[in-house]
Amino acid sequence: MSDTIAHILISIGVLFDLLGCVGLVRLPDVYNRLQAATKCVTLGTCMILIGVLVLVGFNALGIKAVICMVFVLLTSPTSAHALARGSHKAGVPLWPDSVTDKYKERKGAEK
Amino acid sequence: MKSTIQFIILFALWLLLTWSVQLADIIAGIVISILAVALMGDIFTGKMYRILNPIRLFWMVVYIPYLFLYIILANLDVAYRVINPAMPIRPGIVRFKTNLKSEIGKTFLANSITLTPGTLTVDIIGDEFFVHWINVRCDGDSEKQGEIIAGKFERILGRIFE
Repeated sequence: MSDTIAHILISIGVLFDLLGCVGLVRLPDVYNRLQAATKCVTLGTCMILIGVLVLVGFNALGIKAVICMVFVLLTSPTSAHALARGSHKAGVPLWPDSVTDKYKERKGAEK
Repeated sequence: MKSTIQFIILFALWLLLTWSVQLADIIAGIVISILAVALMGDIFTGKMYRILNPIRLFWMVVYIPYLFLYIILANLDVAYRVINPAMPIRPGIVRFKTNLKSEIGKTFLANSITLTPGTLTVDIIGDEFFVHWINVRCDGDSEKQGEIIAGKFERILGRIFE
């Protein structure tokens, strides 16, 4: 029974990872792609790790899966900020159809 | 005091990762934890022990499932936008002010925003958040936008970290 649940969880996780990758290809600019990359891949990876935990139970491997999950949840958004901020500073433009860019206005006001 | 707490956290993490109680592993863990605290101690936040207050801890326990619910909603939302052939996106970077004061509170808010529906924190300057939003609503009304993006987390995080 727990094997079945684990395999379902891992399958859903892989599906979300796949959607994240489709998003990377389809979405237009670096910021939108980061959205797909952080959200879908974070949840997908977490679900795979939960699946591993269900599969092996609370032993050395299961605990490592939990710790990896915490680290993925903490580091994935942080690296996304770093990439988004770095891209903006390096002058990567937003998608031409973007509605607003308050950050650029603020940066322009500072100069 | 601060270093001791850091040491205990790091050592507990080491024990969980190695999952062994052999003497050699424990000694190696102690040495590495001390080294890590000595070299990197300044980077860690100093007020982490405040979270041990029971009321703060209670809100933290409330916050985690709440955040998970929104992470799942976020994923369905982004997945829908990605699969939909018309790609209904309306991206832009919006700005709003937060009333959280502490650095760690802002950090948690920024990370929560990034993990939840269609929003990604680009930068924080003082108390202003700059957030990339995949589907901008309420154009030009910065307060309303802040309420939609951050309001739900701000209230709980305020109870945990302020």
